[in-house]
Amino acid sequence: MSDVADTPQGQLTTADGKPLKAALAHAQAHRKRRAFFLVLPLLLFVVITFLIPIGQLLTMSVNNSGFYSWKDRDTGGTVPLMVELRGWFDETAAGTEPDEAAYAALVDGLAHARETKSIGQIGTRINYEVSGSRSMFTKSARRAAKLEPPYKEALLDIDEDWADPKLWGAMRNASKPVTIDFYLAALDRTRDAEGNIVKVDEERAVYILLFKRTLLLSALITFMTFLLGFPIAHLLATLPLAKSNLLMIFVLLPFWTSLLVRTTSWIVLLQSQGVVNDIWVSLGILDDENRLQMIYNQTGTIIAMTHILLPFMVLPLYSVMRPIDPSYVRAARSLGATSWTAFRRVYMPQTVPGIGAGGLLVFILAVGYYITPALVGGSTGQLISNLIAFHMQKSLNWSLAAALASLLLFGVLLLYWLYDRLIGIDNLKLG
Amino acid sequence: MKKTLILTTALTGFAFTANAAEVTIMSWGGAYGKSQVEAYNKPFAEQTGAKVTMVDADNPATPIKAQVEAGNVTIDVADVEYSDAVRLCDEGLLEEIDTSMLPDAPDGTPAAEDFIEGALTDCAVANIVWSTVYAYNTESVDGEPMTMADFFDLEKFPGKRGLRKAAKANLEMALVADGVPAGEVYDLLETEEGVDRAFAKLDTIKDSIVWWEAGAQPPQLLADGEVVMSTAYNGRIFNAAVGEDQPFEIVWDGQILDFDLFVIPKGAPNLETAMEYIKFSTDTQRLADQAKWISYGPARKSSGALVGLYQDGETEMAPHMPTAEANLTNAIVNDFEFWADRDVELSERFNAWLAN
Repeated sequence: MSDVADTPQGQLTTADGKPLKAALAHAQAHRKRRAFFLVLPLLLFVVITFLIPIGQLLTMSVNNSGFYSWKDRDTGGTVPLMVELRGWFDETAAGTEPDEAAYAALVDGLAHARETKSIGQIGTRINYEVSGSRSMFTKSARRAAKLEPPYKEALLDIDEDWADPKLWGAMRNASKPVTIDFYLAALDRTRDAEGNIVKVDEERAVYILLFKRTLLLSALITFMTFLLGFPIAHLLATLPLAKSNLLMIFVLLPFWTSLLVRTTSWIVLLQSQGVVNDIWVSLGILDDENRLQMIYNQTGTIIAMTHILLPFMVLPLYSVMRPIDPSYVRAARSLGATSWTAFRRVYMPQTVPGIGAGGLLVFILAVGYYITPALVGGSTGQLISNLIAFHMQKSLNWSLAAALASLLLFGVLLLYWLYDRLIGIDNLKLG
Repeated sequence: MKKTLILTTALTGFAFTANAAEVTIMSWGGAYGKSQVEAYNKPFAEQTGAKVTMVDADNPATPIKAQVEAGNVTIDVADVEYSDAVRLCDEGLLEEIDTSMLPDAPDGTPAAEDFIEGALTDCAVANIVWSTVYAYNTESVDGEPMTMADFFDLEKFPGKRGLRKAAKANLEMALVADGVPAGEVYDLLETEEGVDRAFAKLDTIKDSIVWWEAGAQPPQLLADGEVVMSTAYNGRIFNAAVGEDQPFEIVWDGQILDFDLFVIPKGAPNLETAMEYIKFSTDTQRLADQAKWISYGPARKSSGALVGLYQDGETEMAPHMPTAEANLTNAIVNDFEFWADRDVELSERFNAWLAN
């Protein structure tokens, strides 16, 4: 190309005399702009519904403003809280015994919080770490304006727990506008009075256990869908099109049915007075007394989720298997391979992109599954998403929910990266 | 086509201006939501001409926080539990309600004295008293469970138990079953030993528990024979037993009384109509009317005498109320302050106990 442009006759021009290069650039810029406008709605959609919420999630997970600032809903302004006490924390080292100045600053902060009606928010924030402190804050704030020095005695008079070093440690932790403490809590860690990171009591540790269980069950469910889905996909791919299309309807039919309907159908089938148990009892396989508990536990979660996620495995497998030429396997057989060897060495490697895509899809969906384990999981079939929902809806500790969700997100991204390194993301065929 | 569009837009616009007053209520749905629609919403719409919309939620306290924080409030009145009302009010998410505007009782008793103690707070007006009880299916239980201890007695009454998947109510019931008098339950739960004791008692039936989350589940579990006994909201059991002829019996021993309260989220779009609605629906007659639809006790003393028959026209409602004298012998009144303080810690421990 450059030879042409540099020819001594001068530049190549279009019919109306413009230099070709400029005309081409002009025409392409126009096309590019048009293409950009075409994808603009999708781009905006992704930014608004996906990127911004994830950004907010990450911000929320480190947001520590409960003790720091208050958004006045009447004026819309932001009011700083506990200013003097935060000043005292800045000047002293962690674990310092609170002196009269600290108590005076606290009383001042309490009176101010009472005035601005922000005391509930302050109490709730500290209550996350020191159980029972919420009412200490509200009742002390009610009387704070009337307290007289010495403030230490005055406060201890209201509640002697004000001298608790753990409480002061919690207030110190809360005095910074951002924190990683919610991530610590999400990993069953907390801070002691001196600010060191320690494990929480064994009887309160639950998140790591559930993270592990979520990954383990998701992996198991992915494997089960593979085990069940591979033969189905193979059958669909090798049957004549008319028959396979009919069978495909059976794969898609549950896919089109509401998730809730499918989950509750499993309850009807599997519960101890349910269809499956009834049949076994009537056939004499089980005693009426010893009906199997197949739901409201881990078994229920595994069965129902495997069924619900099965199409996500079958469809990518099918789309990869369909174009595989049967003559490869025939060639292998004619060269003396056993049917197992031909399958293992010739057929199977060609389906890897489908296995990868299906596996990744099922696994990632399973990791974040919420409604099915909530309905059929009982106590042992709960996943981490159920606790995220708990903190969103019941305890209203959104920062902890955001931290748990972020950890889940990082975990999935990590697995995605591992997959890319081991198998290669180019080897993925979704359909 | 365009013309029709303009025309319909104009018409709807007109319709809206003609019926300017509207109010959106958020409640719990099911038989309870229906009772509010019948007793409050319909008569209110009739009397004021306002358009009343009912929205259901699993727990209306959650959308309140979400909506107020996002600055996009769409509901005017919400029906919440006591500890949520206190917590939301403390966090400044609710409008304050001047309770002196509430109508007096018919005999002239001021509202402040007519309401049961604790039914009025800075931000909330109670409408009903409900309770968590346990009920059993008479067809699958041999004998007659009488006490809370019977619920935890797997030898005397074998079979699965239904319990709500939450720390609240279960811990109290476990202690009552362990022989703690109702009046001492919360004092004991303040201590480490008390909590340990409650969980130890729950441990004795852990393997036989089917957990439920929505109030509509226990009657279903009992009817399916999935459990032989279940804790439940008393109104749901009543509606299944009397309304649908299910063989369910309520055991009132160790029942836990609680209020449901009306609150107004901060920044509600129709504040004035919302206040009018609360004034209207918590008057003596309206509260008594609600009992016609569900067996929850009115929060006003003066309503008690007006409580009549169930909607079937033959069942006397008074003995089915959680507040009936005979049902109160060993009752616990839910300590909202305790739960507002301890919910985080006990829920964490409950979740861990559950998952292990």
